[in-house]
Amino acid sequence: MTATDAMSNWDRFVFTFFNADIAMKYGWEILQGASVTILAGLAVVMTGIVVGFGLAALRAIGWKSLNFLIIVFVDIFRSLPPLAIILVLFFGFPAIGIVLPSLIVLWLSLGAVLAAFAEEIFWAGITSVPKGQWLAARSTGLTFAQTLRYVILPQAVRLGIPPLTNRAISITKNLALGSAIGVNEILGRANSALSMSANATPLTMGALLYVLVFIPLVIASRMLERNYRWGEH
Amino acid sequence: MSSTAATPASRYLLEARGVRKSFGPTEVLKGVDLLVEPGKLVFLIGPSGSGKSTLLRCCNRLEEPDSGSIIMDDVDLLSPRTDINAARRQIGMVFQSFNLYPHLTVQKNITLALRKVAGMSTADANARAAEMLALVGLPDKAASYPAQLSGGQQQRIGIARSLALDPKIILMDEPTSALDPELVGSVLAVVKDLRDRGITMVIASHEMNFAREAADKVVFLDGGLVIEQGSAEDIFLRPQEDRTRRFLAQIRH
Repeated sequence: MTATDAMSNWDRFVFTFFNADIAMKYGWEILQGASVTILAGLAVVMTGIVVGFGLAALRAIGWKSLNFLIIVFVDIFRSLPPLAIILVLFFGFPAIGIVLPSLIVLWLSLGAVLAAFAEEIFWAGITSVPKGQWLAARSTGLTFAQTLRYVILPQAVRLGIPPLTNRAISITKNLALGSAIGVNEILGRANSALSMSANATPLTMGALLYVLVFIPLVIASRMLERNYRWGEH
Repeated sequence: MSSTAATPASRYLLEARGVRKSFGPTEVLKGVDLLVEPGKLVFLIGPSGSGKSTLLRCCNRLEEPDSGSIIMDDVDLLSPRTDINAARRQIGMVFQSFNLYPHLTVQKNITLALRKVAGMSTADANARAAEMLALVGLPDKAASYPAQLSGGQQQRIGIARSLALDPKIILMDEPTSALDPELVGSVLAVVKDLRDRGITMVIASHEMNFAREAADKVVFLDGGLVIEQGSAEDIFLRPQEDRTRRFLAQIRH
């Protein structure tokens, strides 16, 4: 005979997913996980976007050998499962004398993956700016670099905002992979609490925290898109 | 002695000779001469694919000619010693699809090169932009974005943008072809005004009525060669070549 046998279905649902006692017991623990998600997430998003943007701008110059290296990096890091990168950095690199803290491993791995995707997104943006924009800018005497900076990249960035937001969110959720190397963010901690309490409430809390963490990002992205409307409706 | 001083002063502002240009196996220009005297308006006509756009783009090296020579105001544009970015300031260009920068206001469209190429202060550049906007009849559009303007207005901004740098010559590539018929007049009025101010222009266009009224010279290009050239009256009323006649008959229908 267990605690839930005598309950109605609704009570059982509430007991399992919205249990106040369990929430009180594990709340603080899971909330600490949120700080890991936010800080590591910000680091990953900033690194990924800045590096991806830089790589796309370099690629626009059109040096063949450099572009080859960029494409190799991008294609590999877009294809590899993030967990594989994390495990190689954390468990493999010490063998060649490079020992990195787990949080740094997580940041480098996911930052590199996001950089690879961001490069492709910005590059797609750059190539979709009409050729006439280059012609117009160069015809007024602007140099290649000035044209890229003042005319092409601002337009490429606007095109990249929606796909970049999606990608940033999905990569940041991969922070949960950190549990494999001892970094416990929201989902990792919620999972432990779930096992210990035999109750799903920690998972509910984790899910709500994810929403609280990512909604501001989505709103910021929408505001940015609005800012980039340039007189269109 | 500099490379520019080696070129004797020419009576032509733009002197392109024997210009050839291929794209892959296709030779688009097969040795074209284009001679433009200062203050004149030259019309380039010819079927699509005849090389008009390519010729214009070779004149400011947006396309690199394979051979030939292009002298602009006694500067050899094809010399490796010529600073092409500095030279391009002297050569305005207006495009069929306007090519305004959609992310910048009209004012910034005009001032970008003034600030970054000509090194003007923002205040001076803005004053210059206002002057140009008045000249093309759009003094109240400085804060608008291109998307908020009609095609005719956008093209007049395109003209203002190239004119702001005070070029010696303006090249226009089918400036009215993308416009609704009722908007063509406003753009041609601006072109006419520039002509009356003595600004040298080369225009690829099929606006024959306008050419008859305003062009000093009409050059008919076909298959990458200059087939015939002369006054607007000569070309339109008394064409000497069969190909010219056939082309004119086609565009009249």
